[in-house]
Amino acid sequence: MPGQNPDDIAIIGWSISPMERHTGKTEAQLLLEVVTGAVEDAGITRREVDFTCAGSCDYVAGQAFSFVQNIDAVGAWPPKRDSHVEMDGAWALYEAWIRLQLGDIDVACAMGSGRSSTADPALIYPMEMDPFYLAPLGADAMSFAALQARALLDSGKVTERQMAEIAARTRRDAKESPYAQVKGDFDADALLREDYVRSPLRKHDLPPITDGACAMVIARADKAKELCPNPVWITGFDHYAELHYPGMRDLRESRSTTLAAKAAGIGEGAVEVAEIQAAFTHEEPLLVEALGLGADTVVNPSGGPLAANPIMATGLIRIAEAARQIRDNGKHRTLGHSTSGPCLQQNLVCILEGN
Amino acid sequence: MAHQPCAVVGVGQTHHKTRRWDVSLGGLVREAAGRALEDAQMDWKDIDAVVIGKAPDLFEGVMKPELYLTDALGAAGKPMFRVHTAGSVGGTTGIVAAHHVETGRHKRVLAVAYQKQSEGNAQFALGSGRGASLGAGGAFAPYMRAYIARSGAPMDVGPMVAVKDRQNAMKNPYAHLKLADISIDTVKASPMLWDPIHYLESCPSSDGACAVVFTDEEGGKAAEKAGRQPAWILASAVRSEPSQFPGRDPVRPQGAVDCATDVYKQAGITNPREQIDCAEIYVPFSWLEPMWLEAHLIAEEGTGWKMTESGDTALGGSFPVNMSGGVLSSNPIGASGLLRFSEAALQVRGMAGEHQVDGAKVALGQAYGAANQYFSMWVVSNSLDPFGK
Repeated sequence: MPGQNPDDIAIIGWSISPMERHTGKTEAQLLLEVVTGAVEDAGITRREVDFTCAGSCDYVAGQAFSFVQNIDAVGAWPPKRDSHVEMDGAWALYEAWIRLQLGDIDVACAMGSGRSSTADPALIYPMEMDPFYLAPLGADAMSFAALQARALLDSGKVTERQMAEIAARTRRDAKESPYAQVKGDFDADALLREDYVRSPLRKHDLPPITDGACAMVIARADKAKELCPNPVWITGFDHYAELHYPGMRDLRESRSTTLAAKAAGIGEGAVEVAEIQAAFTHEEPLLVEALGLGADTVVNPSGGPLAANPIMATGLIRIAEAARQIRDNGKHRTLGHSTSGPCLQQNLVCILEGN
Repeated sequence: MAHQPCAVVGVGQTHHKTRRWDVSLGGLVREAAGRALEDAQMDWKDIDAVVIGKAPDLFEGVMKPELYLTDALGAAGKPMFRVHTAGSVGGTTGIVAAHHVETGRHKRVLAVAYQKQSEGNAQFALGSGRGASLGAGGAFAPYMRAYIARSGAPMDVGPMVAVKDRQNAMKNPYAHLKLADISIDTVKASPMLWDPIHYLESCPSSDGACAVVFTDEEGGKAAEKAGRQPAWILASAVRSEPSQFPGRDPVRPQGAVDCATDVYKQAGITNPREQIDCAEIYVPFSWLEPMWLEAHLIAEEGTGWKMTESGDTALGGSFPVNMSGGVLSSNPIGASGLLRFSEAALQVRGMAGEHQVDGAKVALGQAYGAANQYFSMWVVSNSLDPFGK
C-alpha cells in the first residue's frame, strides 16, 4: 500500500489556470495565480515549500532567461532551493520527485507554464529539429505529426473516421471541464467533410493554441499524510527518449512510451483513467497501444490536449487531471503522460494511486 | 534509501575556443562526453541516464537541443533530462545528475553541459534581440562598484584577479585565453568596458563543453580499488532569489550566503577557510572573486580583497582560487558551471596536471547565474570522511 515507506511521495494540491487563446497576463502572473492556488489547495503557504522546480521554454516565451522573471511567482524569499527545466512541467515534477527522495526536505512545488500566443508555432517549432539536416526543411510540429498520421493510416492502425471520432469525443467530454478552450458537440461525418489543413490532418485533428499554466505540490509520505486526508501517491514515474530523426524510427509505434510505462510498473494493476498528451488525434490510439491500455481504461476525460494545449504545461496538467480522478472522482489507479519532440520522441509516464 | 554516496569517476572537457568550427553541436558534446567516459573507463552503453544543461537556446538558435542531441549522446532508449538555471546551470546540471545516483534511481549517470556561442550572438540573445541591451558586464558593474565602495578595496585588486587567473590558464591545456604577457599594467591600460571592468578583466565568449560521469558507492569504490581516485560528493546545494525588490543586496546576496551555509553544514565544514583546500568559483568579471569569497563565508565581510591582494588565492597560495584559469579564461556559458565543479573534482582526484594544488583533499565548486540570483555549490573530497567525523 502506498504511503507506508517514508520515501513515498504524494500529490497534495494543484491549480490550473484558465485556458485561453491569448491571455493578457504575463507568464509570471499566470504562475503567481497557480502557485497560490496549489499551495492553498495543499493547505500550506509558500514558506512551507522547500523546493521549487519550473518547466518553461524561452522560445515559446520569445525571450532568453524567461524563467528568471517567473521566480517572482514562486516567492523565493528567503531564497529557495529551486531549479528549472527547459521541458514540460511534467519533467519539473520529475525533478522535484527525485529531489524529495533525498529525504532532507518534505515539500516541493512543480510548475509548467507557456504563452504560445507569443510566438508563431510554425516559425519556432522547426528550430527544435536537428539544425543541420532537419531544421532547414522548415517542417513544423504539424508537418511531423502529419507524417506520423500518414504512417499510421497506411498501416491500417488508424482510420480518418476514428480520428474524427476522437476529436468529437474529447471535445464533448471537455464540456464538463472548466479548463477547456475548445469544447462542444461535433459530428464526425461533418468533420470528415472539411478540407485538410496538412494532409492527412484536418483542423479537428489539431490542438488549439493555448496560453496557460499549472502548479502542483508534492510531499513525502509523513508530511503528505499530515497535510492531506486523501493524498494521491506517485507509485511509478519514468521517462525515456528515442532517436531524434523520425526517419530512423518506426513511426507506427512509440517505444519510449512502452519503456517508460513498463519501468513505471504499469502492469502491476488496472489503469482506470489515462490522461495522455495526445495533442493530435492519431496519437491517441498509438499511445494507448504503446501504454498497453485496454478498452476499460477511460482516456482523456478532461478533453485532453485537443481541448486545451498550453505547451510546457500540457503534460503537468495531464498528471493533475489524473490525480483529480483519484482525489475527487473516486478512482484508485490512473496515469498521466507527457511527451516532447517530433513524432513523440520523448515520453514520460506517471502512475498514481489512492489510499 | 535516502541519500547514498555518489562519486565522480570521469571528467572530460573540450578545448575551448572562440569558434569551434571543426565540430557541430553534436560533435562538441561528444568530444567532452567521450573524454569523460574514457576517464571513467566506461562505454556509452554503461550509462543509465543523461542530464544535459545549457544556458539560453537563443544562443545557438536550437530550441530544446536535448532532442537533437539525444542521438549524439547515446541517450536513445534512456532517460534524457534538460536543465536550465541561467549561468548556474552547469553546476545545477551536475547536482541534478548526482541526485539521480544519490537517491538510488540510477547507478551511472552522464552529465553534459555546453555552449557554442559562435553559432549566434550572445549579446543579442542576452537582450532577447531588443535594443539597448547592457550585456552581462553592464548589468554587473554597479554591483562591483558598490563592493569597492563598501569594502574600500584598492583598485588594483580587480586587475590582480585578471592576471592571476590568466597565469593559471597558461597551465591548463583546455583553456581558451592564453595571455602569457598579461600584467597589472596591461590590464589597466586595456579599454574600460563598464567601469570598473577593463577589457582584460572580462571573460571571453567561448565554444566548449564539459562532461562528468557519476556513479554510486560501489562504482566509486571499484574505481578506487583499481587505482583511479574518485571524487566523492560530500554535499551540494542550490538557492535562488528574485531579481529586484527593496532591500535586496546583490553584492552579498542572501542566496549566496544561504547556499554556502547549507553546503558547509552538510559537508561538516565549520571553518571553510581552513577545511577547504582550494575553490573553483564562477568569476566572469574580476571583482567577483573577492565578492564571492565574502558572500560564501570564506572571508570576513569586507576582507575578501585582502586574500587576493596577499596572494592567498594564487595557485601557490594558502587558499587557491580558480586554478584552471576560471571563467575569465574560458566561458562557454552553459558549460562554465560544470567546468568549475569538474575542476574541483580533478583537484581532489589529483588529476589537475600543472594546475594541481599539492595535497588537495577537499575542494569547492561554485556557479551563479542571472543578476547574482541563482547559486549552486558542491564540496568534493578524495575521501567520504575527510574530517574524521
